[in-house]
Amino acid sequence: MGARPVTGPFGLSHRRWRATIAAYLFMFPALALLGAFTFYPVAFGTALSLFKYDVISPPRFVGFEHFRSLWNDRYFWIALGNSVKFLLVVPVLQICSIGLAVAVNVPLRGIRWFRAAYYLPVITSVVVAGLMWRWLLEQDGVLNFVLMKAGLLHRPISWLGNPDLALYAVMFVTLWKGLGYYMVIYLAGLQGVSPEFEEAAVADGASRWQVFRLVTLPLLRPSVLLATTISAIAALKVFEEVYIMTGGGPMLRTYTMFFYIFDKGFQRLDLGYAAALAVVLAAAVMLLSGVIFRIFRQGGWTYY
Amino acid sequence: MRRAPGAQALRYAGLLALALFTTFPLLWLISIALRTTGSVFGFPPQILPWPPSLANFAVVWSTMPLPRFFLNTIVLCGIAVTLNLLFCSMAAYPLARMEFPGRKLVFALLLSTLMLPGHVGLIVNFVTLLRLRLIDTYAGVLLPGAVSVFGIFLLRQAFLTVPMELEDAARIDGASEWTIWWRVMLPVITPALAALALFEFVAVWNSFLWPLIVLKSPEKYPLAVGLLYLSGLFAHNTRAVAAGAVLMTVPMIVVFLFTQRFFMRGLTMGAVR
Repeated sequence: MGARPVTGPFGLSHRRWRATIAAYLFMFPALALLGAFTFYPVAFGTALSLFKYDVISPPRFVGFEHFRSLWNDRYFWIALGNSVKFLLVVPVLQICSIGLAVAVNVPLRGIRWFRAAYYLPVITSVVVAGLMWRWLLEQDGVLNFVLMKAGLLHRPISWLGNPDLALYAVMFVTLWKGLGYYMVIYLAGLQGVSPEFEEAAVADGASRWQVFRLVTLPLLRPSVLLATTISAIAALKVFEEVYIMTGGGPMLRTYTMFFYIFDKGFQRLDLGYAAALAVVLAAAVMLLSGVIFRIFRQGGWTYY
Repeated sequence: MRRAPGAQALRYAGLLALALFTTFPLLWLISIALRTTGSVFGFPPQILPWPPSLANFAVVWSTMPLPRFFLNTIVLCGIAVTLNLLFCSMAAYPLARMEFPGRKLVFALLLSTLMLPGHVGLIVNFVTLLRLRLIDTYAGVLLPGAVSVFGIFLLRQAFLTVPMELEDAARIDGASEWTIWWRVMLPVITPALAALALFEFVAVWNSFLWPLIVLKSPEKYPLAVGLLYLSGLFAHNTRAVAAGAVLMTVPMIVVFLFTQRFFMRGLTMGAVR
């Protein structure tokens, strides 16, 4: 080391001071926007749940009153129940996506176009997807026709009008729209798996299924953790598909947590109560992420 | 592995069946939009639109405010993409190439946003916009999404790969940090910028919930919100609504098919390892 650098305030050299100022200037717009619209809302939203606020009159502190009324709020329990039920789509979606990723992880001619075809639903607007499937799922729609032709159904069903089926019908659309997205995550995971492991297993006489179950799948664990977390959080917060396809009906059977937040917050402007609902949903999301993380703990944590 | 021609054909058949599942709804949508006769509902459904006609497109284009919605969407997408490219690339540069106190903290803060419950933000951001009197404005629609953390990570990853020699050479020539960022770094990471632009474009083109909350006047609606609004107004005319949906979707599909390499690669490029 040569001459000792001239030190300025806080023991930083002049050069480092200049670099630091430049660095923060570069980051300023992003940090300011994230501060105002991402970090501040988390703090303020939690505080807002303790106030009565309807935009017009000033906020009034009510303590935990919102949370107490939640306990006796029929709609809250219905909404929470539906959101939790929606989690059923997660394992199905993940298993299908892994299968799809394995199917397209082959050097076939034209495989690129198949991947693109599977990804199309992802880039389709949720409004278009919702409207399209609403028509397909009508009682006299195409899906019933196909199922009846195939002999799987005797009488046409109103998928979205039947209180026992509507939520599952919406889940099906979520599955259709999500497959391609998770396929890409798994595909990236699969391409990170060195073929040597699989070849070694094949050389040892393992069957294809054994290779997949005992070699590929464990190596894929970080991708599974990531994809499962993303899709579980999305399932708990499901709203847009429901809003477009069923509007929360029939008989509130598809009325989810986010739907209730939307109603309370933006339709009835009961923002304090909506914030309380959001806090409960956030707690549910964090709890669930914790559980998923524990289940897959042995695997590494790769963040995309 | 052995390759029997039969197995190959079977494999293609399977892939094709899956492709039919993912694309059929879109094909059906196009088929509805192209017909003027024949029912949309009822058994058996008429699969092929015969005779095909563009009349529905003419109807939505002239009697519905669709051109307006298109223009709104393009304006929103244009501004959102520009802001994101600018702010994300500015924030990513020091995170990738500079040493400064607080770097780890900023990094941790950014990572934490990926786990923060974003829906709480929906309510508070609405209140913030009310206070700033930005409800029913494009500024209100755009500001909360003007920086994406995913974009910062994606571009940081790209900046990391730029060889040190390039930067050193510029520094010896006496270039400032701004010049290095603008003249040396950005041109090198164009592929990553293109990927981010694409993602942002698709995301804003399809974004629905936030514009629905912020915008109150239908003439300001982007396509996604406008289409749902029209599907209510024109509930009796499924074919016209389908035509509108096709017009909204086709540009996305075309963009995607031409750029899918960027797309698929970009999705995994934002990885933080």
